[in-house]
Amino acid sequence: MTALIRPAVSLFLLLSVLTGILYPLAVTGIAQTLFPVTASGSLIVRDGRPVGSALIGQSFTDPKYFWGRPSATAGQPYNGAASGGSNLGPLNPALVEAVKERIAALKAADPDNQRPIPGDLVTASGSGLDPHISPAAAAYQVGRIARARRMEVERVAILVARNTEGRQFGLFGEPRVNVLALNLALDAEDGLADSMRP
Amino acid sequence: MMPHAWTILGFYLLVLLLAAKPLGSYIANVMEGRPILALRLGGGLEAGLYRLCGVKRDEEMGWLRYALAILLFNLLGALAVYALQRLQVWLPLNPQQLANVSPDSAFNTAISFATNTNWQGYAGESTMGHLTQMLGLAVQNFLSAATGIAVAVALMRGFARHSASTIGNAWVDLTRVTLYLLLPIALVYAVFLVSQGTIQTLDGYQEVTTLESGPASVAPQTQTLPTGPVASQEAIKMLGTNGGGFFNANSAHPYENPTPLTNIIQMLSIFLIPAALCLTFGRIVGDVRQGWAVLAAMTVLFVVMAVVAMSVEQQSNPLLTSLGIDGSAGNLEGKETRFGSAESALFATITTLASCGAVNAMHDSFMPLGGFVTLWNMMLGEVVFGGVGSGLYGMLVFAVMAVFLAGLMIGRTPEYLGKKIEAHDIKMVSLTILVTPLLVLTGTALAVTLPAGVAGVANPGAHGFSEILYAFTSAANNNGSAFAGLSANTPFYNILLGIAMWFGRFIVIVSVLALAGNLAAKKRIAANAGTMPTHGPLFVMLLIGTVVLVGALNYVPALALGPVVEQLMLQSAH
Repeated sequence: MTALIRPAVSLFLLLSVLTGILYPLAVTGIAQTLFPVTASGSLIVRDGRPVGSALIGQSFTDPKYFWGRPSATAGQPYNGAASGGSNLGPLNPALVEAVKERIAALKAADPDNQRPIPGDLVTASGSGLDPHISPAAAAYQVGRIARARRMEVERVAILVARNTEGRQFGLFGEPRVNVLALNLALDAEDGLADSMRP
Repeated sequence: MMPHAWTILGFYLLVLLLAAKPLGSYIANVMEGRPILALRLGGGLEAGLYRLCGVKRDEEMGWLRYALAILLFNLLGALAVYALQRLQVWLPLNPQQLANVSPDSAFNTAISFATNTNWQGYAGESTMGHLTQMLGLAVQNFLSAATGIAVAVALMRGFARHSASTIGNAWVDLTRVTLYLLLPIALVYAVFLVSQGTIQTLDGYQEVTTLESGPASVAPQTQTLPTGPVASQEAIKMLGTNGGGFFNANSAHPYENPTPLTNIIQMLSIFLIPAALCLTFGRIVGDVRQGWAVLAAMTVLFVVMAVVAMSVEQQSNPLLTSLGIDGSAGNLEGKETRFGSAESALFATITTLASCGAVNAMHDSFMPLGGFVTLWNMMLGEVVFGGVGSGLYGMLVFAVMAVFLAGLMIGRTPEYLGKKIEAHDIKMVSLTILVTPLLVLTGTALAVTLPAGVAGVANPGAHGFSEILYAFTSAANNNGSAFAGLSANTPFYNILLGIAMWFGRFIVIVSVLALAGNLAAKKRIAANAGTMPTHGPLFVMLLIGTVVLVGALNYVPALALGPVVEQLMLQSAH
């Protein structure tokens, strides 16, 4: 037994240095050299200051912005310091109640919209930070945005189309729209229109 | 199941099997010390490590010495992780000044990572400093994976050798797996993940002002963006079937698993080494057909479970569709838009079969039958692909059980790979197979009887019972995923689950090594007309039957109280 202690301790320490210090530092060095933007969190910078990350969703409540998915993160929605889902079971009455409330909020903001609400718009994501909604969920909101911003419906729909990604390589994942990117594009388009008004 | 789901499943299997074959041969070459390029390149480093550690490369160990070495090495790992958590506030690389972890939580996490379970009672982004993550948790991601593979190779040697008293050198096996298999793949993999959006930085968290912020807005004005050396940890988390997320949301978090491409690669990397090891086994015992037979049994079981899970999760929750929503995209509660219901259900099947435990969707919010699949996958004993190394040694134990059952049926002494299976072997096999159900069912029974156990439940009714059953199933089988609604970061669960993880891992490892030692000592007997071939479809079916039967018989009553009741309630509710 005692003959095993020296190799056990020294091998453990040496492999720890190799896999716990040298390896992560090497990856950090390579990553920050080759992919500095993604390695640091894919920040979106507008007017010289970061307004968020292209990968992390934000909470939107104003009718003039596209809303993302409900977020179950602790403290506040889309809390980047506390990722997580609701963990509500499929039969939990609290889940049904929450979905009812979300349906009511969407209808209140757009009473004339008779289309069925896409499921992703009323269910919380696993991370609570989901940056995307489905193209159907974006299409559902186009009318409300156009009205709130006094834009033509077609112009909003074009922005949605421009910000829609298909399956990656046509094969992996699901088609999706990045909500923060779309809202930034919406602000930019709207601002441009404002500046052109007499 | 929709066409897209079939396409993804087919693509997955194709790439997995194509990659497993060369990797299986490579691992065999590495573990047998053949003069391949990698060993010549790393030879200097390897020899240097042995010199510093006083290891003699050619000194072989008997099974007991091998087991003691493994236990000692893993005990040191657990102690180091415990110490780093308890001291992190005074150590460097903790930019958020996160507090020292409580003793019971640190105990649980230390055991969890040393046993390749990676059950997480804590939330990473608010608990662990960068140093604890990289020098504590990520190191164990490497070393617990290396442990599993070393033990599997030792068992292969037990079958391959005859009239021998030794099964290899634990130090050499651990070193070679780390240097030539895990580190090089993890390095390339981590850089790929960063190219897709996984973060890799040692800086502190960043605060941004949100787009909607302003005096009129009710939305949060600022958002904290977490940071850390994520990609380097993510790579080995998947490759070593560890599964412990850097962040609480694990592979659902966009900073861990940013795109559908990283998602499919993450799924592939879970099964990659377990699949390759089947073929390594074939090579080492000198009959590649034996390896393919084991791999075939695993693949059949996997495809069945994947098809069930994907079909179920692609249906939406009828309680929600009755409110008038469009449920055509399936059950999306707890799932990410970029992955959708099909690729989330596939991920869940893979991660629970493989004792990985990483999640890209919250299993607690799966439909009752979807949750049933994830639970039952773990209950099969984590032998269908299973953890790296542990899946194969578990499956080989089932193979011995299968030939034993067949021997009983026809009244002949059972043999496997030229080795007569005798009483001592069957005792070790029975111990291996029975220890986890014992831990799972005793732990669950304790938790549902004691107030401290019931207090953790988040969902009412049968689902609450499933949360507790899931926790002990996950811990004792070293999976690590959760029905995460359960509040498990309490002294009660931290200690009880810690015990289940430790014994679920190491009783199995010691009895597997004892089996290996006993097999190595046996003479090889020549096959004759009465020998049952163990490389054909008959044996594959027998192996599948044994795994399913043992899994079913142990757990049917418990499952009936959880997901089965829940499914019946769902059907009566609408």
